[in-house]
Amino acid sequence: MTTVEEPTGTGARQVRDLVDVRKGEISREIFIDEQIFKAELENLFPRAWLFVGHATQVPNPGDFFSSWMGADPVLLTRDDKGELNVLLNSCRHRGMRVCRYDEGNTLQFTCPYHAWSYSIDGSLVDTPGALHGVPQQKAAYGTNLERQKWGLVRAAKVHNYKGLVFANWDPQAPSFDEYVGDFHWWLDNLADAFDGTEGGTEAYRGVHKWRIRSNWKFVSENFLGDTYHGASTHASVEAVGIGPGGKGKRRHGERQNEGGFSKGRMKTSFRRGHGASDNLAYEVPYPEFAEDDLNDYFVAAWEKRKEKLQAEGRLLGGRGPATLFPNMSFAGGFPRTILVAHPISPTETEVWRWYLVDKSAPENVRDWLRHYYMRYAGPAGMTEQDDMENWDYATEASRGVVARRYPYNYQQGLGQETASDLAGSVHSHHAIAGEVNARAFYRRWAEFVDNLSWPELTELARVDDRATERDADVTDVADGVKVLDAVDVVDGPPAQ
Amino acid sequence: MPIDEALLERVLLLESVSEFLYREADLLDERRYTEWLDMLAEDYQYSVPLRMNVAYGETDAREETRAGREICWFDEGKETMSLRVDQLNTGLHWAEEPVSRVSHLVTNIRLEAIELPEVAVSCRFLVYRNRVADETDFLVGRRKDRLRQVGDSWQVVRRELLLDQSVLLAKNLSIFV
Repeated sequence: MTTVEEPTGTGARQVRDLVDVRKGEISREIFIDEQIFKAELENLFPRAWLFVGHATQVPNPGDFFSSWMGADPVLLTRDDKGELNVLLNSCRHRGMRVCRYDEGNTLQFTCPYHAWSYSIDGSLVDTPGALHGVPQQKAAYGTNLERQKWGLVRAAKVHNYKGLVFANWDPQAPSFDEYVGDFHWWLDNLADAFDGTEGGTEAYRGVHKWRIRSNWKFVSENFLGDTYHGASTHASVEAVGIGPGGKGKRRHGERQNEGGFSKGRMKTSFRRGHGASDNLAYEVPYPEFAEDDLNDYFVAAWEKRKEKLQAEGRLLGGRGPATLFPNMSFAGGFPRTILVAHPISPTETEVWRWYLVDKSAPENVRDWLRHYYMRYAGPAGMTEQDDMENWDYATEASRGVVARRYPYNYQQGLGQETASDLAGSVHSHHAIAGEVNARAFYRRWAEFVDNLSWPELTELARVDDRATERDADVTDVADGVKVLDAVDVVDGPPAQ
Repeated sequence: MPIDEALLERVLLLESVSEFLYREADLLDERRYTEWLDMLAEDYQYSVPLRMNVAYGETDAREETRAGREICWFDEGKETMSLRVDQLNTGLHWAEEPVSRVSHLVTNIRLEAIELPEVAVSCRFLVYRNRVADETDFLVGRRKDRLRQVGDSWQVVRRELLLDQSVLLAKNLSIFV
């Protein structure tokens, strides 16, 4: 049973049939099946906007950072004019990766196989990444080699959003702004400094990279809004506490008396597949630190930010975990981090984690956050270690012939969505009912994987059909009439 | 043949250090974590930088992230190590529940500097983890330890470990490497 209007269809089997968001049932096949995985690689990743890296990783002309877009290796480069480029890291002659360094500085990539070289120096070539040198060109090709045609494949679109660099292979794809829509508020909270300075963040050097034996979508889903897993999955770290000074719960003593992280927690789910888990009308300002100088920094930053938000007539929190469709997850708060799930096979994923810090942060803040991030997140982080256990063994135990006959249950908060004034989105006020976001994510995922055209995808995303009644609180927020001190928080369970 | 007293002293020192490091490995593999914590000095520092693929000429500048400034797998002190032990002891730490089977091999032990009461030791490690059924990890690399003589034994003051992987091929680092 399909959940959207009858599709134009591209084949006998529709993956949309496996994603029944009206019943809240999703087939295990989409996490296991090889053919569906191939369709994802074909129809989803080459058409979606994907996070490639942070502009501060390539600050100088000639700097490059090796990344992935779906299953394709790419190079994020800064050319001699200071522009960012995203190039397919594969020689046009026989496909060898022209660069196998994780990062570095060069104005030319020379393929080790037959030494075709590609320049990112615009004084040598018209377009950075163009073919520059071919050994024995005249003897081998005479005058027949059209060098301008055989440069490194360039991403059709590259967008630098406040330092977050995204790319898209598809020239027909909508602009980044259209793709993101009002979800940009969450990206802002990631990319802006704690005091609200636009784009005032930089990436720490060092990206955590690790392999898991899980389908990549478990990762996206977890960050979309799965607050349900916290109490059981992270029970051990809640028990020992890793907050500031090594005390408190795993997060950071989030001023529960002022609203806290979980109180008033809600889900925001976009028709375009993005989703977040936090409270629009309340923002966790900062943790309570054992060290006074840290408190000084974050209190001062919060005061500035509050003024800025009020001046803009908005009151947006949104520092909780979130996923930008399809595979960029992040959190704008603590830890402030980006996580990308690169697909390798239906049951293998390479996860990358970047960590961000205010450009203007003094050394002690920088150092404290760095320590906090490492003990919280990444494969050595005390919280994330347990997530991977779940994703890996969920994947494994869903592989069986019998297991695959039984769908997963996605019925939390079904039919209780409230409309939002953020375009194309709904809310759920169930603090733990994150599945509204997952349902939207998988519905959108299926539309891409079934290879609906951009006009069809755009039309489907135009109207969110999940809720008709407006959510009064959020209407107020969006109308800009709320002030920070007059926020109603919705009661929810005390812990995530 | 006369006994070379200095050499003898060095051999005995190496034997004492080796015995200590082997015993440490045993305590970890036998999951006697609380006893293991006692082998760490109060000012213990543990760092495991990230390794990167960089051009030959750039290895000194770029191959590893810098402890103290950049993102590492680990860069922490005894307090966090104690929290990690507490977490393992909850019985709710699913990444190690059921517990993994682990063997720490410590080899190529060399005394790099003798500055009693401290010594600088280099070694290689191979940590094998098998978990549940077919989950198998090999963590291999170089290690530099600084040990301090305490009574007739030692404590680890500083441990820097270079893991020979740029992409961690294990799903996590929930065991002590």
